[in-house]
Amino acid sequence: MYGARGWAVICLSSFIVFVIFPVLSLATPQDSAFHISQYWVTLLGKVMCFAIVAIAMDLVWGYTGILSLGHGLFFALGGYSMGMYLMRQIGREGQYQSDLPDFMVFLDWKELPWAWWNSDQFWWAALLVVLVPGLLALVFGFFAFRSRVKGVYFSIITQALTFAAMLLFFRNATGFGGNNGFTDFKRILGLPITTPETRMMLFTFTAFVLIATLLLARWIVTSKFGRVLTAIRDAETRVAFCGYNTVHYKLAIFTLSAVICGIAGALYVPQVGIINPSEMSPANSIEIAIWVAVGGRGTLTGAILGAGLVNFGKSYFTQAFPEYWLYALGLIFILVTLFLPQGVMGLLKKKT
Amino acid sequence: MRTLKFILFVFCLSIACPAQAIDKAAVEKLALGEADERSAAIAALLAEGDPRTAALLQAVSEGDMQTAGKRVLIVKGEQATDAVSGEAVSPLPEGREDVVANNRLRREIEGALAAFKLLSPERTARLEAAKALAGGADAAMLPLVKKALEKETDPDIKPLLELTASSMEMKSGDKETRLAAIRRLGESNSPNSRTLLAEAVTDADEDIRIAAQKSLLAVQGKLAWGERAGLLFAGISLGSILLLAALGLAITYGLMGVINMAHGELIMIGAYTTYVVQVLFRKTNFFDWYLLLAVPASFIVAAAVGMVLERVVIRWLYGRPLETLLATWGISLMLIQSVRTLFGAANVQVENPAFMSGGIQAFAGVVLPWSRIGIIVFAALVLFLIYLLLTKTRLGLFVRGVTQNREMAACVGVHTGRVDMWAFGLGSGIAGLAGCALSQIGNVGPDLGQSYIVDSFMVVVFGGVGQLAGTVYAAMTLGFANKFLEAVSGAVIAKIVVLVFIIFFIQRRPQGLFAVKGRSVEA
Repeated sequence: MYGARGWAVICLSSFIVFVIFPVLSLATPQDSAFHISQYWVTLLGKVMCFAIVAIAMDLVWGYTGILSLGHGLFFALGGYSMGMYLMRQIGREGQYQSDLPDFMVFLDWKELPWAWWNSDQFWWAALLVVLVPGLLALVFGFFAFRSRVKGVYFSIITQALTFAAMLLFFRNATGFGGNNGFTDFKRILGLPITTPETRMMLFTFTAFVLIATLLLARWIVTSKFGRVLTAIRDAETRVAFCGYNTVHYKLAIFTLSAVICGIAGALYVPQVGIINPSEMSPANSIEIAIWVAVGGRGTLTGAILGAGLVNFGKSYFTQAFPEYWLYALGLIFILVTLFLPQGVMGLLKKKT
Repeated sequence: MRTLKFILFVFCLSIACPAQAIDKAAVEKLALGEADERSAAIAALLAEGDPRTAALLQAVSEGDMQTAGKRVLIVKGEQATDAVSGEAVSPLPEGREDVVANNRLRREIEGALAAFKLLSPERTARLEAAKALAGGADAAMLPLVKKALEKETDPDIKPLLELTASSMEMKSGDKETRLAAIRRLGESNSPNSRTLLAEAVTDADEDIRIAAQKSLLAVQGKLAWGERAGLLFAGISLGSILLLAALGLAITYGLMGVINMAHGELIMIGAYTTYVVQVLFRKTNFFDWYLLLAVPASFIVAAAVGMVLERVVIRWLYGRPLETLLATWGISLMLIQSVRTLFGAANVQVENPAFMSGGIQAFAGVVLPWSRIGIIVFAALVLFLIYLLLTKTRLGLFVRGVTQNREMAACVGVHTGRVDMWAFGLGSGIAGLAGCALSQIGNVGPDLGQSYIVDSFMVVVFGGVGQLAGTVYAAMTLGFANKFLEAVSGAVIAKIVVLVFIIFFIQRRPQGLFAVKGRSVEA
């Protein structure tokens, strides 16, 4: 899979996130020069979630050539599945001291809607995180790939799907909190959610999932299955004429990618503390594509790098010059597509 | 000659002693009485319907009425007239007191003055008053309405007044009056009478219930047709809006194959151009004509922006549709932000010219706004011009040629790069026209384009890429589907259902409604 250098980098980064980071964040005093503040823990945790999404996107776009604009939807669905559990964990500590989540009391509902069945069980939430995006991707992908919807067409209808879902979740009557979504979480697995210890646990778990996703993706793209995916990207008809059923390959990777996105969403929500329908806006899904494009399509390291670069840039820009972030993002879109088709990884490779 | 003399005589007489005195007791009560007495006095004065009552009431609400003992005066500056007789009073008597009107009284007077216009000799004033009263009127105005009804002959105003009178009588205590009113309401065809009758259906009295039920059915039958027609109009209207938004895309995406995610922002630029032209015209006397300049201006500005984009960015990405998608998305972000920087993030107000505001009452209870009618006509016009341009001009020939076979067109000497630029400019310009049209019916803000981009792509894809006719059918189908579903399920669900329908439709028929026939595997 990886050469000696690759494994060394992975081991080093694992050491940093699993040992050094927790120690610096929890065991050092607040005013120490080495102390890592909550702000950085949350920000880095968030970016790692995005990096997982970027890997998922790279698998379908960079390796298989399917530009999905629905990955923001899968991400949000995973987030909502986890958010339902977190809402139930609030218990009677909400503003209205009711068993029901606050927004339902506000709407004058007397009992939980059917979609909330069993939502107080963590295992059920974990199952939903995988099942909901996975099933949606499976069904949608089956129809789309079977009727040979591809290229830009596929992008446009996935965008329409995301848009429709956003409209649906914006309604109060849908039962997922309308445009406020879920927020004000108190506990996860019985632990208070805002303490530094819980946050560090979420952080390390996210890091673990990121590394696991990277290894899984690496294993896939270096396997024979991955070779076929790359071949589909480069010449789908030829692969089909060689006797491969391209629909199965595309469907498998699309579904897997959606599941990974869902997991990333589920990790994202407890760390950020909010999920609302704006996560499903078409703009978010397109932004995922640009992370991958910036880092370099078809390289997994590139996807992680791109997600990191764009998101750290975003958090810097939106604080320093909030007016200019959209200019910068727009320019990135244009410059990367015009001048950096291989992304940052392409630049690095050229130099070495 | 004798007649003339007589008229002159009467005229002089009417100047000399201005009319007969109006009800003295009522005027005194109005000026000096308690709150309830004053309301009653207004009603009494109204029932009389004397033309001077209006001036009298006006004086009360403006604080020009004063009293001197029992005498009621209307004082304007240094001139005073007696409120009852209308004679000039000079010198001003000593020890006058102001008549103070509280808010309640002012409101009552306002209503009364509006109702008083029913007797005005001008048709428009009467129509307006009748409309205002039809919305809901005080029962105290019934005598006045009846009086107006006797004189009224205008076919537009009379039914309105009859309706108002009936609705007032419905509230009366007398059963026979109510039954008669219900029967009369049954002959009308206004949504207001339906509401009134629906209330009466639940009345305690059985006779009234039965009569109301009968009348209600009759009214509903008449209204149903109007509503169907209204729905049809709403469908056509939405369809033509979708068509305008999608036509430009049908050229850039449908014919040229360029995925332009900034299409929505070109629409927005057209809308903002209209806004700027409108602001420039606001200071002049020709405000109503600003659209004459705004239409070409929005076309030219959007087309220029589009052509620059084509030259600078899109040209380098031909044949790489996914990259084009991302790059144009980046362009759209930058355009949104520049508009925010230039005009602010808040929506701007685009005022309709006078001839576009208001509407015509086509059916009972259905008003067709002029702005919507204007957009339907405009969409048809734009469609016709594009059709002419593409089929009858040299540029159209080139565009079609380059679309069908780029290499061959280049071989016979067509400058394909230049044709691309012009075609993209044309598509962008049409987006600008769409923006100009949309500014007449909705908010203009930096996010305007974002709300149309998904819709326009759906229209083009649904209709079939590469076909203008397909786009027209698709826009109309989606417009109707949206409006009919909206009537059943509400706006948001309707939109979701339509989107999901298109998604499934494309999976069944990826080539859209109307496909260009071909034999390519990749098609």
